[in-house]
Amino acid sequence: MRTHAEITPLADAVADLVRDGDTVALEGFTHLIPVAAGQELIRQRKRDLTLVRMTPDIVYDQLIGAGCARKLIFSWGGNPGVGSLHRFRAAVQAGELEIEEHSHAGMANRYVASASGLPFAVMRGYNGTSLPEHTSTIKSITCPFTGEQLTAVPALDLDVGIIHAQRADRDGNVQLWGQTGVQKETVLGAKRSIVTVEEIVDELDDKPYSVVLPRWVVTRVCEVPGGAKPSYAQGYYDRDNVAYKAWDEISRDKAQFDAWLEAL
Amino acid sequence: MTAYEADEMMTVEAARRLRDTTACFVGIGLPSTGANLARRTHNPDLVLVYEAGAIGAKPPSLPLSIGDGMLGETADTIASVPEIFNYWVQPGRIEIGFLGAAQLDRYANINTTVVGDYANPKVRLPGAGGAPEIAASCGEVVIIVRQSPRAFVEQVDFITSVGHGDGAGARERLGLRGKGPTKVITDLGILEPDPETRELTLTHLHPGVTAEQAREATGWDLKLADDLQTTEPPTEEELKALRELLAA
Repeated sequence: MRTHAEITPLADAVADLVRDGDTVALEGFTHLIPVAAGQELIRQRKRDLTLVRMTPDIVYDQLIGAGCARKLIFSWGGNPGVGSLHRFRAAVQAGELEIEEHSHAGMANRYVASASGLPFAVMRGYNGTSLPEHTSTIKSITCPFTGEQLTAVPALDLDVGIIHAQRADRDGNVQLWGQTGVQKETVLGAKRSIVTVEEIVDELDDKPYSVVLPRWVVTRVCEVPGGAKPSYAQGYYDRDNVAYKAWDEISRDKAQFDAWLEAL
Repeated sequence: MTAYEADEMMTVEAARRLRDTTACFVGIGLPSTGANLARRTHNPDLVLVYEAGAIGAKPPSLPLSIGDGMLGETADTIASVPEIFNYWVQPGRIEIGFLGAAQLDRYANINTTVVGDYANPKVRLPGAGGAPEIAASCGEVVIIVRQSPRAFVEQVDFITSVGHGDGAGARERLGLRGKGPTKVITDLGILEPDPETRELTLTHLHPGVTAEQAREATGWDLKLADDLQTTEPPTEEELKALRELLAA
């Protein structure tokens, strides 16, 4: 029986829950990106990970550049509003990173299937695009009721789901609010979960568009103030657009990236 | 009349397309600028929908990303990402999708995935994001893109989002329920699909642009409409609103 999430330092949670070769999703759609947790994966030199994320942005550029990833499952890989992810781009262009590519709708439905305990999800999508030719996890399916041709995408087989939230209480009930993306599905769809939070409080109160993940579905909670920077945490800090722009230059040049990695 | 840049003409014209629209699904970059300009000029009630979850966002300045805090904080409501695609885009609830493109072909098929071979790409682009389903299911699609031979190609290297497929009847055969791209607005003019063949045809030139310039900026043999028209230049109000938006 699990009655509450265990509250531990982030380094312990990553060491205990993430194994080399695992399939790991770090989610947060622009908001609440678990950057500190991603960088802890780099520090602990995790290897051969299948990394999952709808919008791999700079923390995935870092993970890929650091050599943690064997494969990437994703739907949009870029530095939002800035341009390319150069480590990601270099790895793909050099054939060093296996990719499994979807649309956002496809990825969102894969998370929904995982959280629902279903083998796949059904959607309208991909018809006429080139994606099914290159992505084996997109299949046509006939509706048993209407005969309509629809698309099936499989559940993500997540070993670990990692998200960042604004806060948790001392039992490990987690609360996040604002734009919460696919974070609920990431935790519910994974065998093990790590939630970093801005702060641990005595009691959670109402917030707009709040999602509460009850303590018994979360494996670990780790207090990491600023753990989503340079993305933002509504109610705590704004997105550091300057840092996103600055990453472009670091990531573009392998030597600069290596120096960044050394200093991490 | 105030002097203006080609990009300003493009954005102003994009905003005009939203005059009578209830809800617009907004891609980042040029589409977002056009949609936000529309809300500040022709259509203050326009509902801006962003893929990170904001429905009815009223950003005080242009967001850098589709999930900036100001979008959620000013929204009428916030949906989760699965809900945005399953409940809002998929059923055709959003009238217009505003999209950009890295490459575009004569049938307005969009490539934002790779230049060159997929397995061995010359340039790896960000990928699909929300665009394939926006292009499939929004009532119609408006594409905002700068016109150049590099972007306007005979054949896209990868179909990320379907425009009019291989021509007349393609969308119906594929079961795509939206009308697909109805306009491509560029820095040189406006292209619209031919009613019969669905091939993009130049229907408008922006003031001061020649048909030859538009043809030279297109990688296929661009057809011109019989009644090729000139776009209305930006008004003082439109330019003022756009410049304030970009400066905010």
